[in-house]
Formats: sequence, C-alpha cells, structure tokens
Amino acid sequence: MSFISVNNVWQRYGDQVVLEGLNLHVDEGEFCTLVGTSGCGKSTFLRLLLGQETASKGQILLDGQALAAEPDASRGVVFQRYSVFPHLTVLDNVALGLELPHAPLLGRLFGNAKKHAREQAAALLQKVGLGHALDKYPAQLSGGMQQRLAIAQALIMKPRVLLLDEPFGALDPGIRKDMHQLLLALWRETRLTVFMVTHDLSEGFSLGTRLLVFDKVRVDPHAPGAYGARITYDIPLNSARRKALAVELGATAQ
Amino acid sequence: MRLINRHPERSSRLLLVILPFALLLFAYFVGSAERLADNPNDKLLPSAVQMGDAVKRLAFSADTRTGEYVLWQDSASSLRRLAIGLGISALAGLCLGIAAGTLPLFGAPLSPLLTVLSMVPPLAILPILFIVFGLGELSKVMLIVIGITPALARDLEQRAREIPVELLVKAQTLGASTWTLMLRVVLPQLLPRLLISLRLMLGSAWLFLIAAEAIAATDGLGYRIFLVRRYLAMDVILPYVVWITLLAWLMDWGLKTLTRRAFPWYEGARA
Repeated sequence: MSFISVNNVWQRYGDQVVLEGLNLHVDEGEFCTLVGTSGCGKSTFLRLLLGQETASKGQILLDGQALAAEPDASRGVVFQRYSVFPHLTVLDNVALGLELPHAPLLGRLFGNAKKHAREQAAALLQKVGLGHALDKYPAQLSGGMQQRLAIAQALIMKPRVLLLDEPFGALDPGIRKDMHQLLLALWRETRLTVFMVTHDLSEGFSLGTRLLVFDKVRVDPHAPGAYGARITYDIPLNSARRKALAVELGATAQ
Repeated sequence: MRLINRHPERSSRLLLVILPFALLLFAYFVGSAERLADNPNDKLLPSAVQMGDAVKRLAFSADTRTGEYVLWQDSASSLRRLAIGLGISALAGLCLGIAAGTLPLFGAPLSPLLTVLSMVPPLAILPILFIVFGLGELSKVMLIVIGITPALARDLEQRAREIPVELLVKAQTLGASTWTLMLRVVLPQLLPRLLISLRLMLGSAWLFLIAAEAIAATDGLGYRIFLVRRYLAMDVILPYVVWITLLAWLMDWGLKTLTRRAFPWYEGARA
C-alpha cells in the first residue's frame, strides 16, 4: 500500500483538459520533483494534492483515505511568492501555526502557552538560519530569507506532505544552492514526503529521489485544449539517497 | 533642463509651500482693506481685527444667556457626532467589507447591495432620517453612518479580495478555521487600509455633519455658521470655516500618524 495513490485523475476547466488519466503511487518519504513546460499542469497537480482544487474525475488517496477537499494541516505548502504573512514578525509567522489549531476562539495563545509556542518557533527558525531576524517583518528580509521563513512556517506544523511550488524560482543561483542544502537537510531529518514543482531541470535532477515529467502525449493543433498532460517519464534518481530511505523505512517497519 | 526633471531644493520647498497660502491671505486682506476704506460698515470681507473680536467673543467669553463658551460648545457637539458616526461606520464597514470580501457566500448577496446603496445620495434621504429618527442626535449620526458606510465597506471588500489567495491557503494549512483566518490574517491586514479609507472619507463625513446641523440642531459648528448667516456675520463664519478646516486637517494627520505607528509593516509590505 503506497502512501499516496493517484488513481485516474482528470482535471478540466470547461472545455480545456489540463490533466488526463493521471496514475501515480508514491511511498512515504519520497522527494518527487515535478518538471515540464509551462502550462502543462504540474502546478494544477500540486493544487490537487493541496486540496485547493478538486479533481474533475478520479481520486487521490493519502494513506488509503480520500484527500480532504480543502487545505488542512496535514499538507504544508511553500509558494514562489506570498507565502508569508506581511503583518507578522518572523517569529510570529512561525508561531502562528502553533497558535491557530489550539485557539479556535481568538486564534492566539496567551501566557505560558504563548511563551512555549514562541520558544518552539524560535528553535526552528534558528535551524533554518533565521535566528538573528526573529523580530523583523518579512518585507525587511531578502527573497531567500523569506523562503527560509516560509519553509520553517510549513515545517512547524509537522505535516506529512510538503508541497513546494517553484519555491526558489525567484532566487539568485548562489542563494538557490544554499536553499537546496537546507531543504535536503530538513528532508533527511523529518522524513517528509515532498512534491516540488520546478522549472529548473538540474534542480529537479539533483534534489529529488524521483523525477516526474509532465507532458502532453496527444496534441490536436486545431484544439489545443482538447487533450491534457500525463506523466510521461517517472525516473528514479540519486540511488544512494533512495537506498538510505529504503533502509530507514524498512527499519521503522520492523 | 526639462521642467519634469527639475526638483525644488530643500530651502525653496518651504517657500513654495507657504507661497500659495500667503498669496491667498494677501489677496483677501487687500480686498478687505479696500472695501472697508469705502464703507467701514461693510460686512462681506471683515478685517483681521473684526474676526479677532468675534473669536474672542465666541471662544474666550461666556455667553451672557447660557453661560457657555460658544465655540468650544459647538466644537464638542460636532466632534462628538462626528466621532460616533465615524466609529459606527468604521465598525460596520469593516465587518461588511471582510464578510463580502473573504466569504464568497456572503459576497454574492452583499456586494451588489453595497454597490447600489453607495449610489443613494445620502442628503436625499436626510428628510427620511428626520422623519424616522426625529430631530435629535440620532438622525445626524445616522446621516454620517449611512453616507460613508457603503463606500467604506466597498473599499475594504476590494482590499480583502486583493489579499493573495496564497496567504489564505497558507493559513488553512497552518490550521486556521474560517473565523481564526479572518481574525488573524484578514483583519490585521485590513486595519491600516481602514484608516486610509477613513482619511479619504473625512471630507464627506464633515459634509454630512454640517448639512445635518444646518437643518436641525441647537448647537454645533454647522449650526452656528448657518445661524449667523442671517446677520451676514462673515466675521464669525470665516473663523469657523478656518477652525473646521484645521480640525479636519488635524484628524487626517492623526490618522496618518496612527497608521504609521500602529502598522510599521504596512509601508514595506506594499513595496
């Protein structure tokens, strides 16, 4: 039984088919990178996994259960832009995730609970290299720092799945390298299942344990929207990392 | 050098700021002096001394009949009406705007309604307010509320829609319910916008206040101006207009400062 199963998923908007007949099985802890040309539906697929959209046909199972039809705390997300709250400080941006689920009435914690949440948030921020900027607002951070914050914000929820929509698309190449290292380190430590959409092929190859290529198999030049994209290549990558993963999963299974 | 590329220097900037005001005052007092030279009893353009006397009479000496200081009494009444009106409008506008802008099920019926309501000329329904709410304080406050709430709500609805959907999704992945999402994500992002909207609506609020006071009141800045109009008392009207303008400007400045102080993230986030 695989962790995530995608069974014959179709997504269409009106006449336009974006995804057709998608089938995919992903084990827990895999790092899937999604590549493909612009407009081929990889971000749509990510939105389906996130629950921001519902598939027109087919179903997606998470651990054997149908995926909740709206975003929830089981799936974390980092977008290319607008991932962090501009009105909260760095610390509060992360602490928010600890406050919201436990304070249904006011959305904020007080006293010791608040202190505890902030300590936890600060510890995580320290780990992603933002320990020096706890009191700053996101607008005062560089693009790379903002994405570090967005990742920390997603991870504080301890989600089972992390969805990344071109998270490093707007960053300089040097910064991007740092972010890759950070992401891999966090992935190893948390054993998260990651889906990451990227435009950068080399990024897709170097980061993932599995590369999924989205492309249209059929094209009707007179009706560009008639056919949708499928997963045309499904390539296992970075065998050492995969092996480590398999060993670890085996160990936890026993 | 092209005009578009020329900027005032620091020292000349101050001069340029003062210049139009000085010219206006100069034109006024020259005209006033000329008319008073022709006819010392002229009422149309009173001199500074005459206006000073009127201010002294109204602001610094007790009224012989009521024992009150008229200017301060008028200001207090007007400002109280304005504050209550603006407060209710801000609260109602905020609630309506957030509901219509973030909840599609609420926006569907609210949005067209607010659009139509904001087209109703408030002064046209002033008689209805007097009939329904009587001639007391309530009808004056209601005119301000009815006059500016729809516009405030529409502006805030628009701003709520401009909050990137990514942020709303993100909040849900952080465990927010609809209520806590509005409380911790939408509301705080709209508060600075509310203050800006209020600043823009200040002019309308004063307009409605003075219109209501002119028609039915026993005190207030608008009441006084329309009362002394019967005696052509320009020496009272002009200082009152200046005073109202000053009050409005101070409120605008106060709101601007409050926005900057209370929401330090706002300027940066818009960049």
